Amino acid sequence: MADAQTLARPSAVIERQKRATMRRNLFYIALIVVGLVAPFVAYPVFLMKVLCFALFACAFNLLLGYAGLLSFGHAAFLATGGYITGYLLASYPGLTPELGIIAGTLVAIVLGALFGILAIRRQGIYFAMVTLALAQLVYFVFVQAPFTGGEDGLHGVPRGELLGFISLRDNLAMYYFVFAVFLFGFAVIQRTVHSPYGQVLKAIRENEPRAVSLGYNTDMYKLVAFVISAALAGLAGSTKTVVFQLASLTDAHWHMSGEVILMTLLGVSARYWGLSWEPVSWSACSMSCRNHHWATG
Amino acid sequence: MTFMKKTLTASIAVAAATSMAISTAHAEISDGEVRIGYLADMSGTYRDLAGPGGLAAMEMAIEDFGGSVNGAPIEVFSADDRNSADVGANTVREWIDRDNVDMVGGLVASSVSIAVTKVVEENNKLAIISGSAASSITNEHCTPNHIHYVYDTYPLANGTAKAVVDQGGDSWFMLTADYAFGHALEGDVTKVVEESGGEIVGGVRHPFPTSDFSSYILQAQGSGAKIVGLANAGADTVNAITTASQFGLTQSGQQLAGLLIFLNDVHALGLQATQNLLLTTGWYWDMDEEARAWADRYYEEVGARPTMVQAGIYSSTMHYLKSVEAAGTDDPEVVRAQMAAEPINDFFARNGQIREDGRMVHDMYLAQVKTPEESTNEWDLYKILSTIPADEAYRPLSESQCDLVQN
Amino acid sequence: MMMIFGVPLAVFMGQLTLGLVNGAFYALLSLGLAVIFGLLKIVNFAHGAQYMLGAFATLLAFQYLGINYWLALLLVPLVVGAFGMLLERYLLRRISHLDHLYGLLLTFGLALIFEGTLVNFFGVSGARYATPEVFQGGLNLGFMFLPTYRAWVLVAALAMCLFTWFMIERTRLGAYLRAGTENSQLMQAFGVNVPLLITLTYGFGVGLAAFAGVLAAPLYPVSPTMGSSLLIVVFAVVVIGGMGSILGAIMTGLAMGIIEGLTKVYYPEAANTVIFLVMILVLMFRPAGLFGKEA
Repeated sequence: MADAQTLARPSAVIERQKRATMRRNLFYIALIVVGLVAPFVAYPVFLMKVLCFALFACAFNLLLGYAGLLSFGHAAFLATGGYITGYLLASYPGLTPELGIIAGTLVAIVLGALFGILAIRRQGIYFAMVTLALAQLVYFVFVQAPFTGGEDGLHGVPRGELLGFISLRDNLAMYYFVFAVFLFGFAVIQRTVHSPYGQVLKAIRENEPRAVSLGYNTDMYKLVAFVISAALAGLAGSTKTVVFQLASLTDAHWHMSGEVILMTLLGVSARYWGLSWEPVSWSACSMSCRNHHWATG
Repeated sequence: MTFMKKTLTASIAVAAATSMAISTAHAEISDGEVRIGYLADMSGTYRDLAGPGGLAAMEMAIEDFGGSVNGAPIEVFSADDRNSADVGANTVREWIDRDNVDMVGGLVASSVSIAVTKVVEENNKLAIISGSAASSITNEHCTPNHIHYVYDTYPLANGTAKAVVDQGGDSWFMLTADYAFGHALEGDVTKVVEESGGEIVGGVRHPFPTSDFSSYILQAQGSGAKIVGLANAGADTVNAITTASQFGLTQSGQQLAGLLIFLNDVHALGLQATQNLLLTTGWYWDMDEEARAWADRYYEEVGARPTMVQAGIYSSTMHYLKSVEAAGTDDPEVVRAQMAAEPINDFFARNGQIREDGRMVHDMYLAQVKTPEESTNEWDLYKILSTIPADEAYRPLSESQCDLVQN
Repeated sequence: MMMIFGVPLAVFMGQLTLGLVNGAFYALLSLGLAVIFGLLKIVNFAHGAQYMLGAFATLLAFQYLGINYWLALLLVPLVVGAFGMLLERYLLRRISHLDHLYGLLLTFGLALIFEGTLVNFFGVSGARYATPEVFQGGLNLGFMFLPTYRAWVLVAALAMCLFTWFMIERTRLGAYLRAGTENSQLMQAFGVNVPLLITLTYGFGVGLAAFAGVLAAPLYPVSPTMGSSLLIVVFAVVVIGGMGSILGAIMTGLAMGIIEGLTKVYYPEAANTVIFLVMILVLMFRPAGLFGKEA
């Protein structure tokens, strides 16, 4: 068993961890380089879509992969971020896009906390079902609320000027902004999972009663994870709305909650083949590719 | 990087050149090709209404035109919007950014169309909407960059509701799809019914989409209204009509008024369930010799009779190409002005004219679905009862909320 | 005219009846889900797709093989059920040792594959299956006109629910099944072929979905996506009733049909949403569902 080995040779463990850290750093550097060059190779708007969905999938995976919580209602956060940002930017022309995105994310956080408080008390399938049901209620609100435009969707969201002076109308400028947002989200997740907090989260996933017996308030840990995940999903939705200048019910429908599970699933199974969990973003990529081909094929 | 910059500067240069060219009337066709995008639901609920058949109609138009305009070849791009505003807007954006598409046609679901008009306006291209119903497209959502060609909710409500009330159907129960389009249609119908001396006695708003209409039909039966108005579309309408026939709605003395029903819906439902239904249509394949001749060609190509939308796609593509030819440029502003300057009279449109709000107004027709006994073949489905003149059919400009209209 | 909450009595009674018809449908579908969950501990996300396959098989069998409604009612559940057994044997069994969430994910994937494949061939607009000749027309119940076919659906679905309940609660096979639900290892030790029992159970659950599909074929347009919208409603029903509870699935199915029917009168816009509201409330106050055993 691996555990026995680690006990026997601590130096090997440190060595291995070092190598892992190095590999990870290399991976990040490669990711950044690829991200910087990508818009000159591929169509930037397509890449932005990939990045938004990748962030969404990463946010979801924080919950599934690290806390072992399967949420079937994550579309609610994606859509909430999108609708709030879209509504604010379209109605208040003076508002800069980053403020709109922050506002969208904040509302997603509030909603996430609400969902979390109600759902965290249940486990496994029941947790999934509560989140699904709550997301259905949110969907209903979006269909009924006048500001979303219902089935017609929310249109004509201006991309505006970042910080008031960088025009995002240019696809390249928009791309680098989205890339920065993605890196930020990615960094938040990395920081979370590699912190002591992340370790506790994993412990809860592996064996919750044991974590409880060690004195951890596991519900609180799970709730925080849920809120972070909701926030990042909202961030992804907000950013997506700025990119595409619209928000629609597609993002709120439960199919979207299902799709993000699939995106993440491909990434998680990649982990089983000995890869690190980062392939999540690649699966999101393949997912958006699929959409893309459906769209043009 | 240089590549991007080059294309960017190049396109700026082209834009500058064209705008100068307009003023000197020496315009040309951008990058030597006329590129048309066809965006529609190719696989979903609205597939039979426009879908692959609409693409075939567009290609027929291009072929009939000769495949090129003033020596510039015509290229067609096509995509499935899957009824998603997201997908639709993205596709068009990509067409414009990467392929420099000049005009986008087809366009069915209202949400997709509205999203696309925002993209074409921003990039100064042209969109010709043939499939959508929402009259808001040329009202509060109007832009100088799009044209709404075939029909909208205003004449549907106006034509059908007025005719029904005139025939004595003066008490209505509205079955409305609970979203913007349904609400708009319901509002238009209510207005027309009340103005004609009728009364709305009740109504129900059903979620969109709904497959089980039994409960709503039962409510309609319980309302005692003479007419049950269906302010919904596509699969919802089909389901509602089927359910109504299962529940014997018409046998108990009530009548259905379909407000947005297409040829393919009636064909799918069969005459047994739809007979005597009144409806308003912008065109019917068997309405006269010219229409029939085109429909026959279409039939050979596609294997079905065309809906008004598919015929409208042919007509609008043709009108667009003629206007590009006449103007000598594919610059959207110039083409749009040229299209509006020329009245449209072809196998599809009678007394057709594009107004400043982008609405193409033309004669509409009040039709009734034939009974199984009257019908002689599979596609012999309507009889045309009367013509609604172009200037009466659509929302008058004096009521318009469009910014392009000076009131 | 007598009024109930502002609605004429006749309409009210009619809505109750229709709610019952829909409820019987929900009951039938959620019953299959509950049976599968009970023994396999898998949330069968492919249930909607299997229901859809049932309806499609009925339509295609009629179009290409001329198989009539009655034969389809017998054959289709068997064929689709057998297909389900293959899925269990060669796919689900491989992941039975993993967390239950993987079963959910796998069946979800399967559902998408079934749907996607059929969409490719048939599009999503759907086709109609003619109501069998015998069921043309309707019954005049005094307060409403009930199409005969809907009456038949109510009877057939309830009979099937009753049959299943009887099988599970009153027969030897059912006893094995219930015991397997409690402790499958012990059962294996007693010499019961548990893997076979699991395969059969899954096949039976899938067969029930297909049976519902055959019943649905003349009612709704037969399209590849007909199952996915129904699925989450049925899930909600199972969760409300208590996962794995046979009686809970049946009773909740009927109750939810009626609640939904009444919502269609008083607040029709929310008709698709009300069940989820009930589900949240139930899970908040009775986490194991109305008929479930508290863990």
